Amino acid sequence: MRLLRALAFLLIAPLVLGASEPKLVPDVSQREIEIRYSFTGAELLLFGAILYPGGRVPTDRVDVAVVVKGPVQPILVREKQKVAGIWMNVESERFRSAPSFYAVASSRPVSELVDERFAAIYELGLQNLQLSPGAGATPEERRRFEAGLIELQQRHQLYKEDPNGVEITDGVLYRARINIPARVQVGNYTAETFLIRDGRVIAAAVREIRIEKLGFERFVAEAADRWSLLYGVVAVAISLFLGWAASAIFRRG
Amino acid sequence: MDIYLPVAGLSVNALMITALGGVVGLLSGMVGVGGGFLTTPILIFYGIPPAVAVASSTTQITGTSVSGMLAHRRRRGVDYRMGAVLVAGGTFGSLAGGGLFRLLQNSGQIDTVIALLYVVLLGSIGTLMAKEAATALDIIKPKPNAKPRRRHNPLIAVLPLRWRFYQSGLYISPLAPFALGFLSGMLTVLLGVGGGFIIVPAMIYLLGMSTTVVVGTSLMQILFVTAATTLVHATTTKSVDIVLAVLLLLGSVVGAQFGARFAQKVKPELLRMVLAIIVLAVAFRMALGLGWRPPEIYMIDSL
Repeated sequence: MRLLRALAFLLIAPLVLGASEPKLVPDVSQREIEIRYSFTGAELLLFGAILYPGGRVPTDRVDVAVVVKGPVQPILVREKQKVAGIWMNVESERFRSAPSFYAVASSRPVSELVDERFAAIYELGLQNLQLSPGAGATPEERRRFEAGLIELQQRHQLYKEDPNGVEITDGVLYRARINIPARVQVGNYTAETFLIRDGRVIAAAVREIRIEKLGFERFVAEAADRWSLLYGVVAVAISLFLGWAASAIFRRG
Repeated sequence: MDIYLPVAGLSVNALMITALGGVVGLLSGMVGVGGGFLTTPILIFYGIPPAVAVASSTTQITGTSVSGMLAHRRRRGVDYRMGAVLVAGGTFGSLAGGGLFRLLQNSGQIDTVIALLYVVLLGSIGTLMAKEAATALDIIKPKPNAKPRRRHNPLIAVLPLRWRFYQSGLYISPLAPFALGFLSGMLTVLLGVGGGFIIVPAMIYLLGMSTTVVVGTSLMQILFVTAATTLVHATTTKSVDIVLAVLLLLGSVVGAQFGARFAQKVKPELLRMVLAIIVLAVAFRMALGLGWRPPEIYMIDSL
């Protein structure tokens, strides 16, 4: 994983530094997404410009792919099977680095943009995520669990792939919309933008996005985690009070 | 109106949840059950993670049982000695249940166990209630009296260390109510139910308690044990969502008051019949969920 990243950097470095290649000037609509009491998700706009050396837009086609990735975490994927007429969790598989959120949008399907090797290096596309599965499983099992994980996360809108999600205007300006659902995990997200020509990534840029709970929501989540006993006592006190208050009010009325 | 639940980590429609609380409160006011057996499954169907649904509905039951317990206290319908023994058993039961809950969570079987227990418990109790209510409503004929019922169960009579429980009119070993409390405490942690639907029949038919103190004493036990269970969940599974609990409570404490008034105008047998049908419907839905191929074969646990 780390090796791949380093390799990726080495591949990009001369290209970014070289003056003859175009440059990316990316931005995101929100650097911080705040989860507040009525949070039902957010729409993230990734946009920017492609700067060509000399200011001339070349005639051959360039493509753009954007990837928004959430914090990576170790997970356990469980698979249900029918045992004695009942569907229950039977087998499981560990993945050491599954992103909690992953969305890719591109101006053409990823498979048409880059070959498999590049797709794996840059983790472009749902089939190319580096999930680091546990050592024990056979390749078929691993693939089955990977497919299961990806399908489940797609269902929850946490993984998504939009092969035509990037719009390029006049070969210079690009924009992509990515929806962040309400179920996202808090943490540091990255928005990566890749400029691709002839199957090669010729420029890349990263912006960081922070998603966090704020105000009351943050306070409650932190209290539940850090001062759990006190939090429990307060929960009991509130419910006792509400029960008592309702009966007192109704008895008077 | 969407509201974000900070512990569950998702948004719910606040009005829906409050309405659910209201319906459950109405039922509990009418029939004198906590209603956790309805809240938890419905929250799970709604998409709330099972652990959060169980923990938060426990918190809600505490609030709903307060007003009932206060009403019974005024009518001297609580046997405190019996209640204390039940609460002691329930507290140990909830601690043991908390350990079991964790164990099942780690092995990935918690959802299956919750659903199975629901099917078995609600299925059998719903059937018994429906039969009893149907007999009372003259829909089915009672069997010609087979055996006169014995007041004291021989299994309980042999237990040592007898205590006097004056208000219950009993002279029995405290081990029996302690064990009963322990069992219901475990169920409270695992299922998010008060356990009234187990305790009340057990008090009447197994212990042979005087019926005037049964409901009040069971409410006392439910009140204290759900409070203890909230603390167990808050410190072990950390899945009590205070926002969810308050939304449920706002509906249920008001609903319970209306339910209590409504109950005086309707035949109690009819109410019990309605409750039996609801209980059976929940059990049936849970059973279907176990047997049908679920839409999601895979699930994710964070490590």
